[in-house]
Amino acid sequence: MPPKKAAAKPNVSAEELLGHYREMLLIRRFEEKAGQLYGMGLIGGFCHLYIGQEAVVVGLEAAADEGDKRVTSYRDHGHMLACGMDPKGIMAELTGREGGFSKGKGGSMHMFSKEKHFYGGHGIVGAQVPLGAGLAFSDKYKGNDRVTFAYFGDGAANQGQVYETYNMAELWDLPVIFVIENNGYAMGTSVVRSTKSPSLWERGAAYGIEGEEVDGMDVLAVKAAGERAVAYCRAGKGPYILEVKTYRYRGHSMSDPAKYRTREEVQKMRDERDPIEQIRDMLLTGKHASEDDLKAIDKDIKAIVNEAAEFSKESPEPALEELWTDIYAKVEG
Amino acid sequence: MAIEILMPALSPTMEEGTLAKWLVKEGDTVSSGDIMAEIETDKATMEFEAVDEGIIGKILIEAGTEGVKVNTPIAILVEEGEAVPSADTAAPAAKQDAPQETAPAKAPATVAAAAPVTDTTPDWGADVEVKPTTVREALRDAMAEEMRRDPDVFLMGEEVAEYQGAYKISQGLLDEFGAKRVIDTPITEHGFAGIATGAAFGGLKPIVEFMTFNFAMQAIDHIINSAAKTLYMSGGQMGAPMVFRGPNGAAARVGAQHSQCYAAWYMQVPGLKVVMPYSASDAKGLMKTAIRDPNPVIFLENEILYGKSFDVPVMDDFTIPFGKAKIERAGDDVTIVSFGIGVTYALTAAEKLAEEGINAEVINLRTLRPMDTETILASVRKTNRCVTVEEGWPQGSVGGYISNVIMQQAFDYLDAPVINCTGKDVPMPYAANLEKHALLTADEVVAACKQVTYR
Repeated sequence: MPPKKAAAKPNVSAEELLGHYREMLLIRRFEEKAGQLYGMGLIGGFCHLYIGQEAVVVGLEAAADEGDKRVTSYRDHGHMLACGMDPKGIMAELTGREGGFSKGKGGSMHMFSKEKHFYGGHGIVGAQVPLGAGLAFSDKYKGNDRVTFAYFGDGAANQGQVYETYNMAELWDLPVIFVIENNGYAMGTSVVRSTKSPSLWERGAAYGIEGEEVDGMDVLAVKAAGERAVAYCRAGKGPYILEVKTYRYRGHSMSDPAKYRTREEVQKMRDERDPIEQIRDMLLTGKHASEDDLKAIDKDIKAIVNEAAEFSKESPEPALEELWTDIYAKVEG
Repeated sequence: MAIEILMPALSPTMEEGTLAKWLVKEGDTVSSGDIMAEIETDKATMEFEAVDEGIIGKILIEAGTEGVKVNTPIAILVEEGEAVPSADTAAPAAKQDAPQETAPAKAPATVAAAAPVTDTTPDWGADVEVKPTTVREALRDAMAEEMRRDPDVFLMGEEVAEYQGAYKISQGLLDEFGAKRVIDTPITEHGFAGIATGAAFGGLKPIVEFMTFNFAMQAIDHIINSAAKTLYMSGGQMGAPMVFRGPNGAAARVGAQHSQCYAAWYMQVPGLKVVMPYSASDAKGLMKTAIRDPNPVIFLENEILYGKSFDVPVMDDFTIPFGKAKIERAGDDVTIVSFGIGVTYALTAAEKLAEEGINAEVINLRTLRPMDTETILASVRKTNRCVTVEEGWPQGSVGGYISNVIMQQAFDYLDAPVINCTGKDVPMPYAANLEKHALLTADEVVAACKQVTYR
């Protein structure tokens, strides 16, 4: 069956809408499951859920090509799922098992996939920003046209190293897209309580970096902005900033009661702006999918997530010998 | 099928909590994301959301109940039309696959008293021609040779290119390799250390010059958290093949913020390799090895040594392996262990001691991580006495670690307690007379050697 055209967005096929729906739903259900496993004591330490922000990574990954790189903070499960990392390996890393992407040695905040060009998962707020510029530096040095997405939050946007990086990225025309996922709160401190210059992307102007603000609850808007940013960077014009306005429904981490905002504020966002519901409505009102079609997808996703959860429980803990491996890379020759 | 809703753990340390309030009642329909209850942990009151869809069939734990253990069933969720199972026939509580307590793996046998295997082969053959070279030239030559050998190697730092290096270590490199590979940075250590580490993740082999290691304090987060730990955190998938280099320790009259030795700091970090050369041949052979090493290497140079001249072998490819100390002077009466500029104090002291009939063996460690403890132990088993020499501070010093190794592995050979000669336990003063007293002297090393030899 040829893909049907969406009514509201004439250039978007039903196939594409269904793809976004599926990917966002996978993140949502995966994170809910992670929250549940945390509650059962199977996941320990810190666990930062991405629920509410799904449109950001799904939209930007839709704008990326093979070989493009990405690096982010500790709220990283969504980024890994969106770039195609196996949910089983992610969940098993959360439970600290041998089958995890880092053999259980990294945990929720420190995961990597060389194959998918995912460079972490970093637990130090803002550190991923120069690292991302460095990845872009490596591509420019090698003379290819790949770009790097360096994701960070509104909290990290106040770190000094971000501006050191802006300066050098523009100075050296590095092909890096700085993605500010502005979810309104740096842990418990709202943006207006942390800065008097709340338009974060505009700070790039001080360094000569172009950028724009994007509606991060609208996956199609994110994708379109991502395509503009990618085209700009790939053309060798230097870095680009996307300030993506988004919202997290859950607390900063599992142990955050989120008393710094009202329940009404969260509920309003869920009711009126939810990125998954928006696409769902578009699919149904445009008659691109029936309730039954979507139910089938839901069922599918649930099965994938359950399979990941099962794997994360069954995969054994790493062998004790693993304590002593991967500290140094072997010297050749 | 009925699903048991379990009391959740809502913080990294929570074992039990209070079920403060139910926000749903029996018969209510819930879907994922709906808030069902409020739970008090030791730190806060948390909202508890539904994960599964269904109807609240039965509430098992009343609101207000305190001390509810994590994973206790608190309610039962049923599907439409499904009977509520009685509590005792409900699906068995989710088995908690709690990690089993197991004995920690034994560390590799670093403390086992194995017969020492020491490599005493000279750095170059007797028939090799040598040429007097300064440490400065040796470092430059090493970088140039490795940059010719591998196009992925590049140098970045403040004033490394057009200015030819703040200490002239990179003299001539811009002319030979161009601005793509010899890169002037703005004054922004935190930022460029991070960019270089990212470039290493991306497959390049950066050499990062810090104008001095004092300024690397701004970058130490990337050196340790990003460069040293990533190989481990990624389960071996990616790491940072790179060198962080620059002058370290006291120069002369530059005061407290420009005179610190970081050897003991970096030596402590698994994932880093730490080099501190003394001579020009050390500098050249170890720098080439550092650039080729697939791990992050801290290369601690010394401004006072930059201009000193030593014999360097004339060879196409002269390298020195990490973890191989050099016996600079053989002796039987006392072992002096040092590294970097400390070796100058050690050798001066050894000469003075020889005049008094005390024959000191001087070991130049060259690399602090990995550390050639076998060479130290073999020497101590011969001399039965040891003095360590370093410019850094005494508490948490390199010498303190060496003393520990000797105590564990050669205790019975010791005829005297090990003495650590270090810089004084003060920030470096500016005044000429005070600075002189704050620094280590050869006379202090002589006195320590006499003390352990009871002379």
